[in-house]
Amino acid sequence: MSAFMQRFAALRDAGDCVGVIDAIPYARLMGVEFSESGEDGLLFSLPFHERNIGNTMLPALHGGLIGGFLENAALIHLMWNRDSLEAPKIVDFSLDYLRSGRAQTLYASCEITKQGKRVAHVLIEAWQEDRAQPVAVARAHFLLATG
Amino acid sequence: MSIGPVNPQVLETMGQLFVSLPHCQTLGMEWVGVEGRKPTLRINWREDLVGNPASGVIHGGVITSLVDTTSAMAVTANLSDYETIATLDLRIDYLTAAKPGQPIFCSAECYRLAGQIAFTRAICYQDSIDLPIAHGVATFMRGSSRVPMVDEGGKS
Repeated sequence: MSAFMQRFAALRDAGDCVGVIDAIPYARLMGVEFSESGEDGLLFSLPFHERNIGNTMLPALHGGLIGGFLENAALIHLMWNRDSLEAPKIVDFSLDYLRSGRAQTLYASCEITKQGKRVAHVLIEAWQEDRAQPVAVARAHFLLATG
Repeated sequence: MSIGPVNPQVLETMGQLFVSLPHCQTLGMEWVGVEGRKPTLRINWREDLVGNPASGVIHGGVITSLVDTTSAMAVTANLSDYETIATLDLRIDYLTAAKPGQPIFCSAECYRLAGQIAFTRAICYQDSIDLPIAHGVATFMRGSSRVPMVDEGGKS
């Protein structure tokens, strides 16, 4: 168990979502926010920031940034819903881009499809104005126990 | 002997554009060079790019952006003229954790340029390209937008 996971567990038990983001430097740099207000658990949001642009002509969010936002959401979602204080390690991440990310808030929610002894599978969906029109869908595998 | 970019001017203009994009600037992305048609980019370790403060390891999302950008640049190394491209899908295998305090390099190639789709693969490494930390595979849509990505130097 790391000091980070101990801190995470304490923040989670206090429902301190802002504190969790503050503890993850890159999540803070992206400008990620999340709350327990989602229909199915945590709702992640990324308000539009100029620094996240990847196409200045459209303009559109950078595809890599969308990936980072979703990967980060999956990790937090998994840690939030687990009792173990071992930090999950990402094994692989696969992302399908369906629409360009406009200069608006991007939302994401996750679903743990399977949580085994060693591996967890997480689905992630991102959307902007209309959840029925996703910007991207992704899935990630995490290693739960270090052998 | 490897052959160079199909149109060096397209690679130069698009490459400079890619690393100058706000998100890439935020990450401190730098264009290292091109070998044949394989561009290499770099991101230096920085405290605010860390994903796990206990270990100091860079966030996986930073690697995603690096793979996406380097792969897009590899596509442009194979284009004869300016065109817009957009990532269709991307998969990253995290082979081992990146070491804190060291830059991460990414080298990518477009191994098939079809009429509408470009196929790429990328390797991220630190000490040596023979010791990869991540592997990425992506596909790109060609001619993805009517709005050109560059407003000067080329028309798409």
